[in-house]
Amino acid sequence: MSETLAATSDATVLNGTSGMHTRTEKIAAGLKRRHAVEKRFRAYGLMGIGFAVACVALLFSTIIGNALPGFKETRINLEIEFSKEIIDPEGSNDPNVIRGADFRKIVRDSFFSLFPNVKGRRDRRELAKIISSGSSFILRDMVMDDPSLIGTTQIVALPLSADLDQFYKGGISGEVAESDRRVSDKQIGWLRHLIADKRLESVFNMTLFSAGDSREPELAGIAGAIMGSFYTMIVTLALSFPIGVASAVYLEEFAPKNRWTQLIEVNINNLAAVPSIVFGLLGLAVFLNFFDLPRSAPLVGGMVLALMTLPTVIIAGRAALKAVPPSIREAAFGMGASRWQTIVHHVLPLAMPGVLTGTIIGMAQALGETAPLLMIGMVAFVVDIPGGFTDSATVMPVQIYLWSDAPERAFIERTAAATLVLLGFLVMMNALAVVLRKKFERKW
Amino acid sequence: MSSSVLLLVLAGLTVVGFYLGRSRALASVGGKVRDLHSLPGYYGYAVALWCGVPSFAVFVLWSIIGAKTGHGAPGYAGFAVIIALAVAGLAYAHRQIRPDMKARDGVERVVRIVLITCSAIAILTTVGIILSLIFESFRFFEKVSPIEFLFGLEWSPQTALRADQVGSSGRFGAVPLFAGTMMISLIAMMVAAPVGLLSAIYMSEYAGPKLRATAKPILEVLAGIPTVVYGFFAALTMAPLFRGWGEQIGFEVASESAIAAGLVMGIMIIPFVSSLSDDVISAVPQSLREGSLGLGATQSETIRRVILPAALPGIVGSLLLATSRAIGETMIVVMAAGLAANMTANPFEAVTTVTVQIVTLLVGDQEFDSAKTLAAFALGLVLFCVTLCLNIIAFSVVNKYREQYE
Repeated sequence: MSETLAATSDATVLNGTSGMHTRTEKIAAGLKRRHAVEKRFRAYGLMGIGFAVACVALLFSTIIGNALPGFKETRINLEIEFSKEIIDPEGSNDPNVIRGADFRKIVRDSFFSLFPNVKGRRDRRELAKIISSGSSFILRDMVMDDPSLIGTTQIVALPLSADLDQFYKGGISGEVAESDRRVSDKQIGWLRHLIADKRLESVFNMTLFSAGDSREPELAGIAGAIMGSFYTMIVTLALSFPIGVASAVYLEEFAPKNRWTQLIEVNINNLAAVPSIVFGLLGLAVFLNFFDLPRSAPLVGGMVLALMTLPTVIIAGRAALKAVPPSIREAAFGMGASRWQTIVHHVLPLAMPGVLTGTIIGMAQALGETAPLLMIGMVAFVVDIPGGFTDSATVMPVQIYLWSDAPERAFIERTAAATLVLLGFLVMMNALAVVLRKKFERKW
Repeated sequence: MSSSVLLLVLAGLTVVGFYLGRSRALASVGGKVRDLHSLPGYYGYAVALWCGVPSFAVFVLWSIIGAKTGHGAPGYAGFAVIIALAVAGLAYAHRQIRPDMKARDGVERVVRIVLITCSAIAILTTVGIILSLIFESFRFFEKVSPIEFLFGLEWSPQTALRADQVGSSGRFGAVPLFAGTMMISLIAMMVAAPVGLLSAIYMSEYAGPKLRATAKPILEVLAGIPTVVYGFFAALTMAPLFRGWGEQIGFEVASESAIAAGLVMGIMIIPFVSSLSDDVISAVPQSLREGSLGLGATQSETIRRVILPAALPGIVGSLLLATSRAIGETMIVVMAAGLAANMTANPFEAVTTVTVQIVTLLVGDQEFDSAKTLAAFALGLVLFCVTLCLNIIAFSVVNKYREQYE
């Protein structure tokens, strides 16, 4: 603005000597420049928004693009002879005998019979690498579930090993020099033979959703992490919701305005801004070292995350309580209700949609949180799907972190797929919060 | 008998107590509720509280003390004592019931205490954080002097298994970590501050309702994405991208360069800057805008010469809050920044940060008296203090600003 003023005063000085003409000319000339500045400034603002939107687009396209192949896996159809001599030669039907049987031999016998020309130990070992090393466990579980399979021949779709699966999907190009890729020329030849035989098929990757973690990408899944997240979230919800609502009710409805309540308020605001990893350190020092609670357990993870989401729930709860008009309270008091009855019977039900919205948003934050859980040992390599609050477990974001560190290429698409699943859960939770807000929001 | 069975028994007794208390209260006045001091349910709650609270408290205390002293959970004798306590509480409260007993006042007093306790958990958490950080840091400073920690230039926390091994002592000079943290936060702020501010200005001053309705949620999406996803994105896309560009112009870029981590962190904090600044800019009184426009200033002149100076304290506050966010951010740097503590001013090299070192020192099994693990708590203490200071300054600046226009 001072520029404008300067221009005007200049013009006034000039006015004395050369008259009105130059003054308007000068302002008109300045106007053009000023409008150009205006346009540029607007463009900068648009560029800022455009950059942010482009970042969102890039992020999602990268994740989705990497994730899509992860939802497919390649299976190979083999005629498997569940030979009685190998599995259970004495016909004892004893689960321990069946569990200990040499299913690897069954897989190999069937697979090698497709390639009668391949002889020699080295070639055969290379050939065997085409099929997943977990195939024998799949067959074992089939027979354990249904012992009547013994003695029959079935067509079973077994997973390809991750490297070949990547090659088949086009992840590893055949043009790269043989020494630079994990698939040899011979394996490619055999794979072509299998393709010509129409033995390969691309199916939806159920393993990803039914299995726990594994070192072999083709056997790894996020079922364990999903269950871990589920148990952790239950603990978080069970702690942060009641405590958060109670604190909000106290601070908003009961608390006198004094030093103590001011201290609590300042504390809550600060806790909301404390880095999440510090909560992990607190959990490690207090819950694990002082109270000797189990490491890697959803119980402890849930407690740490509850402390972290508490400020979110309290702040949202207070806002919701504040939005209930005082006339409701006064009406209840007028009917002889006590303060507590007024709140429980009238104020809280009206504030509930807001409280729930805040809680859901807090839970979504907790579901995506990783750093504090690393501190309390939820980064363990857990193969089994956890079945309780004190079992060793990991959660979805930690699983993403672990897989993103894995050297195998095939883990990239699985990491992206797991990320997409996590984002899916978050979108659902946020959508629920929006619906709650839209549906039950009341304007007084 | 396991603890869960005991808890079930206690819960059952409590429910029984509620119904017994209520029916006794009703019976004492022959069913005429108006003769009671409180509603009959309150007598039930009073009995239930007498039955459940003391016995449950004893159970919890007993379990904790048992676990600490190595005796484990309470045995059969302990269970018997706890159940007897519950029954005694039930019987005592049941006998107390008279029509003029002030059951509601008593119950509401207990409820109030519960509410106060719940709201005190926020304070307990803060106290717990401070105490645990200070306590463990003191143990660390017994082994390593605070001067070396705060001003030492070399960070190599590997402590050897044998005392006579070469380089067994480990060096705990944290300056390279502070430098790395500052560099990555600075890069992040260089991305987030202009983008966030410009979009906030555009949204609050120029954008029509339609653009606002679409752009705002998109920015909020950035705030809702978990940090581990940003870390994955940084490691998968950004780091190779910068490396590729570097190779094309014959320039060495580390695969875990500070610039990739900083850039992605900047993207992450754009929504913090933009939403906070948006609030602050919207809070500038309309009269200032109208005055400036009335004097003939263009809209951008009004924004740059009137609104931004008026909103400056609030904007500074929001930038400080965003910086504190960047300093404390963990997953992006763990996944995309380096582990080696380099002292460098080159953003294309790998640097490490305070949070990365906390994670690497504490992940995995470790005994709890080595300087290596305790160092993580000292780093945590520094991190907590720095972010706390930034937050307090930011909050007070924003509050003072808000009062100015109210």
